[in-house]
Amino acid sequence: MGLVNRENANYIYASMKPRILLDDNKFNLTILRLCHQLIENHRKFENSAIIGVQQVGVHLARRIHDIITAEIGSNVDLGLLDTTFHRDDFRRSDTILTPSETQLNFQIENKRIILVDDVLYTGRTIRAALDALIDYGRPLDVELLVLVDRRLFRNLPIQAKYVGKTIDSIESEQVKVEWKEKEGTDKIWILPANEN
Amino acid sequence: MSKLSQKHLLGIKYITKEDINLIFETATHFKEVLSRPIKKVPTLRDITIANLFFENSTRTRLSFELAEKRLSADVINFSASSSSLKKGETLIDTVNNILAMKVDMVVMRHASPGAPVFLSKHIDANIINAGDGTHEHPTQALLDGFSIYNVKGQLKGLRVAIIGDIMHSRVALSNIFCLKKMGAEVMVCGPSTLIPNHIESLGIKVEYNLRKALEWCDVANILRIQLERQDIQYFPSLREYAQVYGVNRKILDSIKKEIVIMHPGPINRGVEITSDVADSKQSIILEQVENGVAVRMAVLYLLAGRMEVASQ
Repeated sequence: MGLVNRENANYIYASMKPRILLDDNKFNLTILRLCHQLIENHRKFENSAIIGVQQVGVHLARRIHDIITAEIGSNVDLGLLDTTFHRDDFRRSDTILTPSETQLNFQIENKRIILVDDVLYTGRTIRAALDALIDYGRPLDVELLVLVDRRLFRNLPIQAKYVGKTIDSIESEQVKVEWKEKEGTDKIWILPANEN
Repeated sequence: MSKLSQKHLLGIKYITKEDINLIFETATHFKEVLSRPIKKVPTLRDITIANLFFENSTRTRLSFELAEKRLSADVINFSASSSSLKKGETLIDTVNNILAMKVDMVVMRHASPGAPVFLSKHIDANIINAGDGTHEHPTQALLDGFSIYNVKGQLKGLRVAIIGDIMHSRVALSNIFCLKKMGAEVMVCGPSTLIPNHIESLGIKVEYNLRKALEWCDVANILRIQLERQDIQYFPSLREYAQVYGVNRKILDSIKKEIVIMHPGPINRGVEITSDVADSKQSIILEQVENGVAVRMAVLYLLAGRMEVASQ
Protein backbone atom coordinates (compact mmCIF):
# COMPACT_ATOMS: atom_id res chain seq x y z
CA MET A 1 0.00 0.00 0.00
CA GLY A 2 2.96 2.31 0.40
CA LEU A 3 3.32 5.08 2.94
CA VAL A 4 -0.16 6.49 2.54
CA ASN A 5 -2.63 4.01 3.98
CA ARG A 6 -6.35 4.50 4.02
CA GLU A 7 -6.43 5.99 7.46
CA ASN A 8 -3.80 8.55 6.61
CA ALA A 9 -5.53 9.38 3.36
CA ASN A 10 -8.80 9.85 5.20
CA TYR A 11 -7.07 12.08 7.64
CA ILE A 12 -5.47 14.17 4.92
CA TYR A 13 -8.76 14.42 3.08
CA ALA A 14 -10.70 15.21 6.20
CA SER A 15 -8.31 17.92 7.26
CA MET A 16 -9.03 19.82 4.05
CA LYS A 17 -12.49 20.89 5.11
CA PRO A 18 -14.15 21.88 8.37
CA ARG A 19 -15.29 18.88 10.35
CA ILE A 20 -17.34 18.46 13.47
CA LEU A 21 -15.51 17.03 16.45
CA LEU A 22 -18.50 16.93 18.79
CA ASP A 23 -22.12 17.49 17.81
CA ASP A 24 -24.89 18.77 20.07
CA ASN A 25 -25.68 15.39 21.65
CA LYS A 26 -22.12 14.28 22.40
CA PHE A 27 -21.21 17.82 23.44
CA ASN A 28 -23.71 17.82 26.28
CA LEU A 29 -22.93 14.23 27.28
CA THR A 30 -19.30 15.23 27.57
CA ILE A 31 -20.12 18.19 29.81
CA LEU A 32 -22.34 15.97 31.95
CA ARG A 33 -19.50 13.47 32.35
CA LEU A 34 -17.11 16.27 33.39
CA CYS A 35 -19.66 17.42 35.99
CA HIS A 36 -19.91 13.94 37.45
CA GLN A 37 -16.14 13.65 37.64
CA LEU A 38 -16.07 16.94 39.53
CA ILE A 39 -18.78 15.80 41.95
CA GLU A 40 -16.83 12.60 42.56
CA ASN A 41 -13.82 14.60 43.67
CA HIS A 42 -15.47 17.61 45.30
CA ARG A 43 -18.62 16.00 46.77
CA LYS A 44 -20.73 18.88 48.09
CA PHE A 45 -18.36 21.62 46.92
CA GLU A 46 -18.30 23.08 50.46
CA ASN A 47 -14.77 24.38 50.01
CA SER A 48 -14.59 24.36 46.21
CA ALA A 49 -15.29 27.00 43.58
CA ILE A 50 -15.52 27.05 39.79
CA ILE A 51 -13.72 29.85 37.96
CA GLY A 52 -14.20 30.40 34.23
CA VAL A 53 -11.32 31.91 32.27
CA GLN A 54 -12.41 34.90 30.19
CA GLN A 55 -13.59 35.17 27.56
CA VAL A 56 -14.66 31.81 26.16
CA GLY A 57 -14.24 29.69 29.28
CA VAL A 58 -17.11 31.42 31.02
CA HIS A 59 -19.83 29.66 28.99
CA LEU A 60 -18.51 26.25 30.00
CA ALA A 61 -18.04 27.40 33.61
CA ARG A 62 -21.65 28.64 33.79
CA ARG A 63 -23.00 25.38 32.31
CA ILE A 64 -21.00 23.26 34.70
CA HIS A 65 -21.98 25.46 37.62
CA ASP A 66 -25.67 25.19 36.76
CA ILE A 67 -25.59 21.41 36.31
CA ILE A 68 -23.67 20.78 39.52
CA THR A 69 -25.81 23.21 41.52
CA ALA A 70 -28.93 21.37 40.35
CA GLU A 71 -27.37 17.97 40.99
CA ILE A 72 -26.11 18.56 44.54
CA GLY A 73 -28.93 20.88 45.52
CA SER A 74 -26.85 23.76 46.84
CA ASN A 75 -25.26 26.73 45.14
CA VAL A 76 -21.64 26.39 44.07
CA ASP A 77 -19.37 29.47 44.01
CA LEU A 78 -18.80 30.66 40.46
CA GLY A 79 -16.23 33.25 39.43
CA LEU A 80 -14.98 34.78 36.19
CA LEU A 81 -11.31 35.56 35.73
CA ASP A 82 -9.75 37.91 33.20
CA THR A 83 -6.12 37.27 32.23
CA THR A 84 -5.44 40.29 29.99
CA PHE A 85 -3.03 42.15 32.27
CA HIS A 86 -1.04 38.98 32.96
CA ARG A 87 -0.63 37.80 29.37
CA ASP A 88 2.84 37.37 27.91
CA ASP A 89 1.99 38.71 24.44
CA PHE A 90 1.38 42.36 25.42
CA ARG A 91 3.09 44.60 22.80
CA ARG A 92 3.89 41.46 20.78
CA SER A 93 0.78 41.40 18.64
CA ASP A 94 -0.79 44.04 16.42
CA THR A 95 -3.78 44.64 18.64
CA ILE A 96 -4.07 45.82 22.20
CA LEU A 97 -6.18 43.30 24.05
CA THR A 98 -9.47 44.44 25.52
CA PRO A 99 -9.82 43.33 29.10
CA SER A 100 -12.96 41.47 30.18
CA GLU A 101 -14.69 41.49 33.50
CA THR A 102 -13.24 39.72 36.52
CA GLN A 103 -15.92 38.68 38.96
CA LEU A 104 -14.82 36.98 42.14
CA ASN A 105 -17.35 37.56 44.90
CA PHE A 106 -15.80 35.07 47.30
CA GLN A 107 -12.45 34.57 49.02
CA ILE A 108 -10.20 32.11 47.23
CA GLU A 109 -7.86 31.81 50.23
CA ASN A 110 -7.62 28.10 51.15
CA LYS A 111 -10.33 27.17 48.65
CA ARG A 112 -10.12 24.37 46.11
CA ILE A 113 -10.30 26.10 42.75
CA ILE A 114 -11.37 24.49 39.48
CA LEU A 115 -10.21 26.62 36.54
CA VAL A 116 -12.40 26.12 33.49
CA ASP A 117 -11.50 26.90 29.88
CA ASP A 118 -12.79 25.52 26.60
CA VAL A 119 -9.62 24.66 24.65
CA LEU A 120 -6.19 23.90 26.11
CA TYR A 121 -3.57 24.52 23.43
CA THR A 122 -0.26 26.28 24.18
CA GLY A 123 -1.05 26.59 27.88
CA ARG A 124 -0.13 30.29 27.90
CA THR A 125 -3.63 31.49 28.81
CA ILE A 126 -3.70 29.11 31.78
CA ARG A 127 -0.27 30.34 32.88
CA ALA A 128 -1.65 33.91 32.85
CA ALA A 129 -4.80 32.74 34.63
CA LEU A 130 -2.77 31.13 37.41
CA ASP A 131 -0.85 34.37 37.93
CA ALA A 132 -4.03 36.43 37.85
CA LEU A 133 -5.66 34.02 40.29
CA ILE A 134 -3.01 34.21 42.98
CA ASP A 135 -3.41 38.00 43.04
CA TYR A 136 -6.58 37.24 44.95
CA GLY A 137 -5.05 34.96 47.56
CA ARG A 138 -3.57 31.52 48.11
CA PRO A 139 -5.90 28.71 47.07
CA LEU A 140 -5.56 25.29 48.69
CA ASP A 141 -5.15 23.78 45.25
CA VAL A 142 -5.98 24.56 41.63
CA GLU A 143 -7.30 22.05 39.11
CA LEU A 144 -7.84 22.56 35.41
CA LEU A 145 -10.87 21.44 33.43
CA VAL A 146 -11.02 21.82 29.65
CA LEU A 147 -13.49 20.74 27.01
CA VAL A 148 -10.82 20.09 24.36
CA ASP A 149 -7.17 19.26 24.89
CA ARG A 150 -4.94 19.81 21.84
CA ARG A 151 -2.17 17.88 23.48
CA LEU A 152 0.53 18.10 20.81
CA PHE A 153 1.40 21.78 20.95
CA ARG A 154 1.92 22.71 24.55
CA ASN A 155 4.48 25.51 25.13
CA LEU A 156 4.46 25.16 28.90
CA PRO A 157 4.35 22.29 31.41
CA ILE A 158 0.59 22.54 32.01
CA GLN A 159 -1.88 19.63 32.05
CA ALA A 160 -5.61 19.46 32.59
CA LYS A 161 -7.03 17.14 35.24
CA TYR A 162 -10.46 16.88 33.59
CA VAL A 163 -10.62 16.65 29.81
CA GLY A 164 -13.72 16.47 27.62
CA LYS A 165 -11.96 15.31 24.46
CA THR A 166 -8.31 14.93 23.54
CA ILE A 167 -7.35 15.59 19.92
CA ASP A 168 -4.20 15.44 17.83
CA SER A 169 -4.97 18.23 15.41
CA ILE A 170 -2.15 19.82 13.44
CA GLU A 171 -0.84 23.26 14.22
CA SER A 172 -2.37 25.12 11.29
CA GLU A 173 -5.84 23.88 12.16
CA GLN A 174 -8.11 25.76 14.48
CA VAL A 175 -10.50 24.33 17.06
CA LYS A 176 -13.69 26.31 17.34
CA VAL A 177 -16.24 25.79 20.10
CA GLU A 178 -19.75 27.08 19.50
CA TRP A 179 -22.14 27.74 22.38
CA LYS A 180 -25.93 27.90 22.44
CA GLU A 181 -25.60 31.11 24.47
CA LYS A 182 -23.48 32.76 21.80
CA GLU A 183 -23.76 31.07 18.39
CA GLY A 184 -27.11 29.34 18.97
CA THR A 185 -25.73 25.82 18.76
CA ASP A 186 -23.48 23.50 20.78
CA LYS A 187 -20.71 22.19 18.54
CA ILE A 188 -16.97 21.78 18.29
CA TRP A 189 -15.39 22.30 14.89
CA ILE A 190 -11.95 21.63 13.51
CA LEU A 191 -11.21 24.19 10.85
CA PRO A 192 -8.38 23.76 8.33
CA ALA A 193 -5.74 26.44 7.88
CA ASN A 194 -7.34 28.21 4.96
CA GLU A 195 -10.59 28.68 6.87
CA ASN A 196 -8.97 30.47 9.79
CA MET B 1 -9.51 45.80 19.97
CA SER B 2 -9.05 49.34 18.89
CA LYS B 3 -6.00 51.39 19.65
CA LEU B 4 -5.59 55.01 20.67
CA SER B 5 -5.34 57.25 17.65
CA GLN B 6 -2.29 59.04 19.05
CA LYS B 7 1.20 58.05 20.13
CA HIS B 8 1.23 60.73 22.83
CA LEU B 9 -1.33 62.22 25.18
CA LEU B 10 -0.54 65.90 24.74
CA GLY B 11 -4.04 67.23 25.28
CA ILE B 12 -7.68 66.32 24.96
CA LYS B 13 -7.78 68.54 21.88
CA TYR B 14 -5.73 65.95 19.97
CA ILE B 15 -7.69 62.81 20.81
CA THR B 16 -11.06 61.53 19.61
CA LYS B 17 -14.30 60.58 21.28
CA GLU B 18 -13.46 56.92 20.55
CA ASP B 19 -10.14 57.34 22.34
CA ILE B 20 -11.92 58.75 25.39
CA ASN B 21 -14.43 55.89 25.41
CA LEU B 22 -11.58 53.38 25.13
CA ILE B 23 -9.78 55.00 28.06
CA PHE B 24 -12.96 54.96 30.19
CA GLU B 25 -13.59 51.30 29.35
CA THR B 26 -10.03 50.30 30.18
CA ALA B 27 -10.06 52.39 33.38
CA THR B 28 -13.13 50.47 34.57
CA HIS B 29 -11.06 47.28 34.46
CA PHE B 30 -8.13 48.88 36.25
CA LYS B 31 -10.52 50.09 38.94
CA GLU B 32 -11.34 46.45 39.51
CA VAL B 33 -7.62 45.62 39.66
CA LEU B 34 -7.24 48.30 42.35
CA SER B 35 -9.90 46.61 44.48
CA ARG B 36 -7.96 43.32 44.59
CA PRO B 37 -5.92 42.23 47.60
CA ILE B 38 -2.82 42.50 45.37
CA LYS B 39 -3.29 45.74 43.45
CA LYS B 40 -0.55 45.16 40.96
CA VAL B 41 -0.34 43.57 37.51
CA PRO B 42 2.85 42.73 35.57
CA THR B 43 1.80 44.29 32.25
CA LEU B 44 4.42 47.06 31.93
CA ARG B 45 7.30 45.24 33.60
CA ASP B 46 9.66 45.90 30.66
CA ILE B 47 8.86 49.62 30.39
CA THR B 48 10.71 52.49 32.03
CA ILE B 49 8.88 55.74 32.68
CA ALA B 50 10.38 59.10 33.62
CA ASN B 51 8.21 61.51 35.59
CA LEU B 52 9.57 64.94 34.72
CA PHE B 53 8.01 67.58 36.90
CA PHE B 54 9.46 70.91 35.91
CA GLU B 55 6.71 72.45 37.98
CA ASN B 56 5.67 71.38 41.46
CA SER B 57 2.92 68.86 41.98
CA THR B 58 1.90 66.53 44.75
CA ARG B 59 -1.28 64.76 43.81
CA THR B 60 -0.69 64.34 40.07
CA ARG B 61 2.87 63.10 40.57
CA LEU B 62 1.85 60.64 43.28
CA SER B 63 -1.09 59.45 41.21
CA PHE B 64 1.09 58.86 38.13
CA GLU B 65 3.81 57.18 40.16
CA LEU B 66 1.31 54.87 41.81
CA ALA B 67 -0.33 54.05 38.46
CA GLU B 68 3.10 53.24 36.98
CA LYS B 69 4.05 51.04 39.93
CA ARG B 70 0.71 49.23 39.91
CA LEU B 71 1.51 48.31 36.29
CA SER B 72 5.00 47.12 37.31
CA ALA B 73 6.86 49.75 35.26
CA ASP B 74 10.25 51.02 36.37
CA VAL B 75 9.97 54.62 37.46
CA ILE B 76 12.43 57.49 37.72
CA ASN B 77 11.45 60.85 39.14
CA PHE B 78 12.73 64.28 38.42
CA SER B 79 11.62 67.52 39.98
CA ALA B 80 12.54 71.06 39.09
CA SER B 81 13.96 71.87 42.48
CA SER B 82 16.75 69.30 42.07
CA SER B 83 17.49 69.81 38.39
CA SER B 84 20.21 71.17 36.17
CA LEU B 85 17.75 73.57 34.56
CA LYS B 86 18.98 76.21 36.92
CA LYS B 87 22.47 75.64 35.54
CA GLY B 88 21.30 76.69 32.09
CA GLU B 89 20.50 73.39 30.36
CA THR B 90 17.82 73.47 27.67
CA LEU B 91 14.64 71.40 27.89
CA ILE B 92 15.61 69.18 24.94
CA ASP B 93 19.06 68.53 26.39
CA THR B 94 17.62 67.64 29.78
CA VAL B 95 15.09 65.25 28.28
CA ASN B 96 17.57 63.71 25.82
CA ASN B 97 19.95 63.02 28.67
CA ILE B 98 17.21 61.23 30.53
CA LEU B 99 16.18 59.30 27.41
CA ALA B 100 19.80 58.22 26.88
CA MET B 101 19.24 56.08 29.97
CA LYS B 102 16.75 54.04 27.88
CA VAL B 103 13.48 55.52 29.03
CA ASP B 104 10.36 54.53 27.07
CA MET B 105 7.78 57.02 28.24
CA VAL B 106 7.83 60.53 29.63
CA VAL B 107 5.22 62.01 31.93
CA MET B 108 5.80 65.73 31.95
CA ARG B 109 4.58 68.80 33.75
CA HIS B 110 5.88 72.17 32.67
CA ALA B 111 5.00 75.79 33.39
CA SER B 112 5.11 76.75 29.70
CA PRO B 113 1.99 76.04 27.63
CA GLY B 114 2.88 73.80 24.69
CA ALA B 115 6.10 72.40 26.17
CA PRO B 116 4.98 68.74 25.69
CA VAL B 117 3.89 69.45 22.09
CA PHE B 118 7.27 71.02 21.40
CA LEU B 119 9.07 68.09 22.97
CA SER B 120 7.03 65.53 21.02
CA LYS B 121 8.49 66.93 17.80
CA HIS B 122 12.05 66.42 18.97
CA ILE B 123 12.16 63.13 20.85
CA ASP B 124 11.07 59.53 20.25
CA ALA B 125 9.57 58.54 23.60
CA ASN B 126 5.83 58.59 24.22
CA ILE B 127 4.84 61.74 26.08
CA ILE B 128 2.01 62.22 28.51
CA ASN B 129 1.19 65.79 29.40
CA ALA B 130 0.67 66.09 33.15
CA GLY B 131 -0.15 69.80 32.89
CA ASP B 132 1.46 72.54 30.81
CA GLY B 133 0.97 76.03 32.19
CA THR B 134 -2.52 77.34 31.60
CA HIS B 135 -2.98 75.12 28.51
CA GLU B 136 -4.09 71.51 29.16
CA HIS B 137 -4.16 68.84 31.85
CA PRO B 138 -5.60 65.89 29.91
CA THR B 139 -5.48 63.16 32.56
CA GLN B 140 -7.33 65.42 35.02
CA ALA B 141 -10.09 65.98 32.44
CA LEU B 142 -10.23 62.22 31.76
CA LEU B 143 -10.53 61.36 35.44
CA ASP B 144 -13.16 64.08 35.91
CA GLY B 145 -15.09 62.73 32.93
CA PHE B 146 -14.68 59.15 34.17
CA SER B 147 -15.92 60.16 37.65
CA ILE B 148 -19.02 61.82 36.19
CA TYR B 149 -19.55 58.78 33.95
CA ASN B 150 -19.39 56.50 37.02
CA VAL B 151 -21.98 58.53 38.92
CA LYS B 152 -24.31 59.45 36.08
CA GLY B 153 -23.85 56.54 33.66
CA GLN B 154 -23.08 58.76 30.69
CA LEU B 155 -21.86 62.22 29.75
CA LYS B 156 -24.10 62.80 26.75
CA GLY B 157 -26.75 65.40 27.43
CA LEU B 158 -25.46 66.19 30.93
CA ARG B 159 -25.08 69.79 32.02
CA VAL B 160 -21.73 70.54 33.61
CA ALA B 161 -20.79 73.91 35.08
CA ILE B 162 -17.12 74.76 35.61
CA ILE B 163 -16.94 77.40 38.29
CA GLY B 164 -14.11 79.72 39.35
CA ASP B 165 -10.79 80.76 37.88
CA ILE B 166 -11.27 79.74 34.24
CA MET B 167 -8.57 82.07 32.95
CA HIS B 168 -5.64 80.42 34.70
CA SER B 169 -6.95 76.88 34.67
CA ARG B 170 -5.62 74.14 32.42
CA VAL B 171 -8.18 71.86 34.05
CA ALA B 172 -10.99 74.04 32.69
CA LEU B 173 -9.76 73.93 29.10
CA SER B 174 -9.13 70.17 29.06
CA ASN B 175 -12.49 69.57 30.74
CA ILE B 176 -14.28 71.69 28.15
CA PHE B 177 -12.69 69.70 25.29
CA CYS B 178 -13.44 66.36 26.96
CA LEU B 179 -17.04 67.14 27.92
CA LYS B 180 -17.85 68.66 24.54
CA LYS B 181 -16.42 65.64 22.70
CA MET B 182 -18.54 63.35 24.86
CA GLY B 183 -21.70 65.31 24.11
CA ALA B 184 -22.22 67.15 27.41
CA GLU B 185 -23.38 70.75 27.68
CA VAL B 186 -20.81 72.98 29.34
CA MET B 187 -21.08 76.32 31.13
CA VAL B 188 -18.31 78.33 32.73
CA CYS B 189 -19.05 80.65 35.64
CA GLY B 190 -16.88 83.13 37.52
CA PRO B 191 -16.05 86.81 37.82
CA SER B 192 -15.73 88.42 34.38
CA THR B 193 -12.06 89.18 35.04
CA LEU B 194 -11.33 85.45 35.36
CA ILE B 195 -13.18 84.35 32.21
CA PRO B 196 -11.16 84.66 28.99
CA ASN B 197 -12.61 86.71 26.16
CA HIS B 198 -14.32 84.76 23.37
CA ILE B 199 -14.43 81.54 25.41
CA GLU B 200 -18.02 81.04 24.18
CA SER B 201 -16.50 80.34 20.73
CA LEU B 202 -15.65 76.87 22.14
CA GLY B 203 -19.38 76.19 22.04
CA ILE B 204 -20.05 76.73 25.74
CA LYS B 205 -22.25 79.00 27.83
CA VAL B 206 -20.91 81.79 30.03
CA GLU B 207 -22.66 82.82 33.24
CA TYR B 208 -21.56 85.39 35.80
CA ASN B 209 -24.19 84.57 38.42
CA LEU B 210 -23.32 81.57 40.59
CA ARG B 211 -26.92 80.80 41.59
CA LYS B 212 -28.06 80.71 37.97
CA ALA B 213 -25.17 78.43 37.04
CA LEU B 214 -25.97 76.03 39.88
CA GLU B 215 -29.66 76.01 38.99
CA TRP B 216 -28.76 75.13 35.40
CA CYS B 217 -26.27 72.32 35.96
CA ASP B 218 -26.33 68.61 36.94
CA VAL B 219 -22.66 68.62 37.90
CA ALA B 220 -20.58 71.51 39.27
CA ASN B 221 -16.81 71.30 38.90
CA ILE B 222 -15.41 73.95 41.24
CA LEU B 223 -11.91 75.21 40.51
CA ARG B 224 -9.31 76.68 42.80
CA ILE B 225 -8.32 80.31 42.63
CA GLN B 226 -4.80 80.03 41.23
CA LEU B 227 -3.18 82.85 43.13
CA GLU B 228 0.29 81.71 42.10
CA ARG B 229 -0.54 82.36 38.43
CA GLN B 230 -2.15 85.72 38.97
CA ASP B 231 0.19 88.59 38.31
CA ILE B 232 -2.37 91.29 38.95
CA GLN B 233 -5.39 91.49 41.22
CA TYR B 234 -8.46 90.13 39.44
CA PHE B 235 -10.93 90.65 42.31
CA PRO B 236 -10.95 92.86 45.42
CA SER B 237 -10.31 90.22 48.09
CA LEU B 238 -10.56 86.49 48.77
CA ARG B 239 -13.31 87.27 51.29
CA GLU B 240 -15.37 89.01 48.63
CA TYR B 241 -14.73 86.20 46.15
CA ALA B 242 -15.94 83.67 48.73
CA GLN B 243 -19.09 85.70 49.34
CA VAL B 244 -20.01 85.98 45.67
CA TYR B 245 -18.58 82.80 44.10
CA GLY B 246 -18.00 80.50 47.06
CA VAL B 247 -20.20 77.36 46.95
CA ASN B 248 -21.72 76.85 50.41
CA ARG B 249 -24.47 74.78 52.01
CA LYS B 250 -26.92 77.66 52.00
CA ILE B 251 -26.86 78.25 48.26
CA LEU B 252 -27.00 74.50 47.51
CA ASP B 253 -29.99 74.05 49.84
CA SER B 254 -31.84 76.85 48.10
CA ILE B 255 -31.62 74.94 44.79
CA LYS B 256 -34.34 72.37 44.27
CA LYS B 257 -32.23 69.55 42.80
CA GLU B 258 -29.14 67.80 44.16
CA ILE B 259 -26.13 68.46 42.00
CA VAL B 260 -22.87 66.53 42.00
CA ILE B 261 -19.98 68.54 43.42
CA MET B 262 -16.45 68.09 42.06
CA HIS B 263 -13.12 69.76 42.71
CA PRO B 264 -9.75 68.85 41.16
CA GLY B 265 -7.85 69.88 44.31
CA PRO B 266 -6.07 71.26 46.14
CA ILE B 267 -9.04 72.82 47.93
CA ASN B 268 -8.92 76.27 49.46
CA ARG B 269 -11.52 75.57 52.12
CA GLY B 270 -13.70 78.57 52.79
CA VAL B 271 -12.76 80.29 49.52
CA GLU B 272 -14.25 78.58 46.45
CA ILE B 273 -15.97 75.84 48.48
CA THR B 274 -16.91 75.49 52.15
CA SER B 275 -16.02 72.42 54.22
CA ASP B 276 -19.64 71.33 54.72
CA VAL B 277 -20.02 71.12 50.92
CA ALA B 278 -16.62 69.56 50.20
CA ASP B 279 -17.22 66.81 52.78
CA SER B 280 -20.90 66.25 51.99
CA LYS B 281 -22.48 63.20 50.38
CA GLN B 282 -23.04 64.96 47.08
CA SER B 283 -19.31 65.67 46.74
CA ILE B 284 -17.26 63.12 44.76
CA ILE B 285 -13.93 64.83 45.37
CA LEU B 286 -12.24 61.78 46.89
CA GLU B 287 -13.67 59.47 44.22
CA GLN B 288 -11.97 61.73 41.69
CA VAL B 289 -8.62 61.10 43.38
CA GLU B 290 -9.29 57.34 43.49
CA ASN B 291 -10.34 57.25 39.83
CA GLY B 292 -7.22 59.22 38.92
CA VAL B 293 -4.98 56.19 39.45
CA ALA B 294 -7.22 53.89 37.35
CA VAL B 295 -7.50 56.42 34.52
CA ARG B 296 -3.73 57.00 34.46
CA MET B 297 -3.16 53.24 34.43
CA ALA B 298 -5.49 53.03 31.42
CA VAL B 299 -3.63 55.79 29.58
CA LEU B 300 -0.23 54.23 30.29
CA TYR B 301 -1.48 50.76 29.30
CA LEU B 302 -3.00 51.94 26.03
CA LEU B 303 -0.02 54.09 25.03
CA ALA B 304 2.48 51.35 25.95
CA GLY B 305 0.41 48.86 23.96
CA ARG B 306 1.18 50.86 20.82
CA MET B 307 4.92 50.46 21.33
CA GLU B 308 6.83 47.66 19.65
CA VAL B 309 9.00 45.34 21.69
CA ALA B 310 12.64 46.14 20.91
CA SER B 311 14.15 43.28 18.96
CA GLN B 312 17.52 41.91 19.97
